[in-house]
Amino acid sequence: MHLLYQIFIDPFVQMGGAPDLLVQTLWEGLVAGVLYALIALGFVLIFKASGVFNFAQGIMVVFAALTLVGLHEHGVPAYVALALTILVMFGLAVSVERLMLRPLVNQPDIILFMATFGLTYFLIGFGELVFGGNPKKMIASELYLPSGAYDIKMFGGFVSLQKIDIAAAVIVSVMVVALAVFFQKTRIGRALRAVADSHKAALSVGISLEQIWVVVWFAAGIVALVTGIMWGARSEVSFSLQIIALKALPVLILGGFTSIPGAIIGGLIIGIGEKLGEFYWGPLLGSGIESWLAYVIALIFLLFRPQGLFGERIIERI
Amino acid sequence: MFYREAGQFKTTYQADQAVFPILQDRVGLALILFGAFVLMPLFASEFFLSVVMIPLLILALASIGLNILTGYTGLLSLGTGGFMGVGAFACYKLTTLFPGVNIVIWILVSGFFSTALGILFGLPSLRIKGFYLTVATLAAQFFLDWSFIRVQWLTNYNTSGAIEVPTRTLFSLPVTGPNATPQFRYLVILAVVTLLTWFASNLVHGRIGRMWMAVRDMDLAAELIGIPLYRTKLLAFAISSYYCGVAGALMVFFWYGSAEPGVFNIDQSFTILFMVIIGGLGSLTGSFFGAALIYGLPIMLKGAFHALGWNINPATVEHITFMSVGALIVLVLIVEPLGLARLWQIAKQKLRVWPFPY
Repeated sequence: MHLLYQIFIDPFVQMGGAPDLLVQTLWEGLVAGVLYALIALGFVLIFKASGVFNFAQGIMVVFAALTLVGLHEHGVPAYVALALTILVMFGLAVSVERLMLRPLVNQPDIILFMATFGLTYFLIGFGELVFGGNPKKMIASELYLPSGAYDIKMFGGFVSLQKIDIAAAVIVSVMVVALAVFFQKTRIGRALRAVADSHKAALSVGISLEQIWVVVWFAAGIVALVTGIMWGARSEVSFSLQIIALKALPVLILGGFTSIPGAIIGGLIIGIGEKLGEFYWGPLLGSGIESWLAYVIALIFLLFRPQGLFGERIIERI
Repeated sequence: MFYREAGQFKTTYQADQAVFPILQDRVGLALILFGAFVLMPLFASEFFLSVVMIPLLILALASIGLNILTGYTGLLSLGTGGFMGVGAFACYKLTTLFPGVNIVIWILVSGFFSTALGILFGLPSLRIKGFYLTVATLAAQFFLDWSFIRVQWLTNYNTSGAIEVPTRTLFSLPVTGPNATPQFRYLVILAVVTLLTWFASNLVHGRIGRMWMAVRDMDLAAELIGIPLYRTKLLAFAISSYYCGVAGALMVFFWYGSAEPGVFNIDQSFTILFMVIIGGLGSLTGSFFGAALIYGLPIMLKGAFHALGWNINPATVEHITFMSVGALIVLVLIVEPLGLARLWQIAKQKLRVWPFPY
């Protein structure tokens, strides 16, 4: 009885008692959710266009951020470093297509998925070899990202909003709109969707698979770079980011693998759910439930909608 | 030349359908077993046994477990580390609660605790498929990993949060703990692994194995020909987790000697998955090849750098290892998506018809 009270009543009493804390928690969840959504976006881009579940997206985030910071450490000005990093991500996209995807064309999905595991390990080793394994500080101020916080008076308390978080939310919204336009309205975007539907049919109408793959991996690389900058500015650039990137997976299955809006909404649900759960229900179980709560939330959703909230309906044929 | 089946006539269906239909294979297997059971403990150094052979056998067992689920049934799981942990902690609890019972029995029993959890986390597999299921198994991994740290009852409220393996005896010789000799530990592990491999081989060659493979190849079609989909998938989860649990218990009791909670994290799951992929999906022999390659590669690289006289710091070697493992995975997938086991098969086939091309 006491336990039931603690689970079902007590957290809500706390929420009502200190609404400023609730708003703060919600905001933190929102920001975390935006960043999860960003990583998930990278996954969705590649999955939509090539049917490859790109496990390496997390390490691409770390790799992009490390390249940027590493170049800056060697005395390259911030914006030149940014341009060079974009170039590196393009190089990565080209080499992934050449060395990995092209020889593996027409293999089952699971084989391609596992190949991206190989890519992950390769990039971990390569990144640590070149840039060292120590955490680095993101060059946020050099890139004119705002720092500091707004304190807003609310419900007799303070809610503190980090400026970098607001910037992240704005940048993400802009990027999502840009990607949506790119997918829906441009020639390449339509070609991408055609490839996603069927490799063979796309080939037969004259779409170059190689070119499309480079484009889409490059786009995912850019998304990874933005994620890396944003996340790096909030904490630091280190390989532990890669574990956080795994959090994008429940976001993905919640939103559906193929849906960009799904990735965003999934990210927000997971982010907010996770922070609320940790803050209000966490003490009941001992802290640290953040590490698995996201997966369990996603699992519960999946039991009711196996294709995610916005995923395409799974139709199976024999 | 010597590997040829000419003159070996099969007169019964039983002989024709044997796991090793060719005499040379059977002789080879007998030689390998003889080497492993008799020569190895007699002549191999203690260092080689405890650093190479013991880990290799344990990892191979875990790979067999995952291979049953991923390679034979086609359900990609990232929860292996968690299930291995369940076995290890269950074994620790059992042997501290009932110290009188033989440790080998507890190791075999602790697998059933993994089985129970495997079935529990396998329940969503009816509704969800493919990558969605993979992410669902991640829930198991992270939840279990978290419980090993948070639930202090599992470690008997040890302040360090780690478990220390107590000394247990078999035939009144110490078999676990600091006093156990590598030879004896090796023999016990070898016996367990051989027994379980033999059991797995019988499973996958029989009706159950065929059901698994039918589900893997196309689950809808399998259902149409009358295979109970749900039961088959859950059975795969159950047996796979049993193998992983036993491997986890062996790992802590016979290899590490103690376990910190972080041992069974997500990296462990990945490592085992790589072994299965590199070795060959859907092959028991492949599980041994994969374990040997992924576990042996860092050791060989270190040895190679050492032999070349290059003085490279260990961190760099580790990074190079990561890169080579990654490159190797991609390379194996490109050259032969079915892994080392398939290469082995091709080599045997070539040998059979040598010197003719086919």
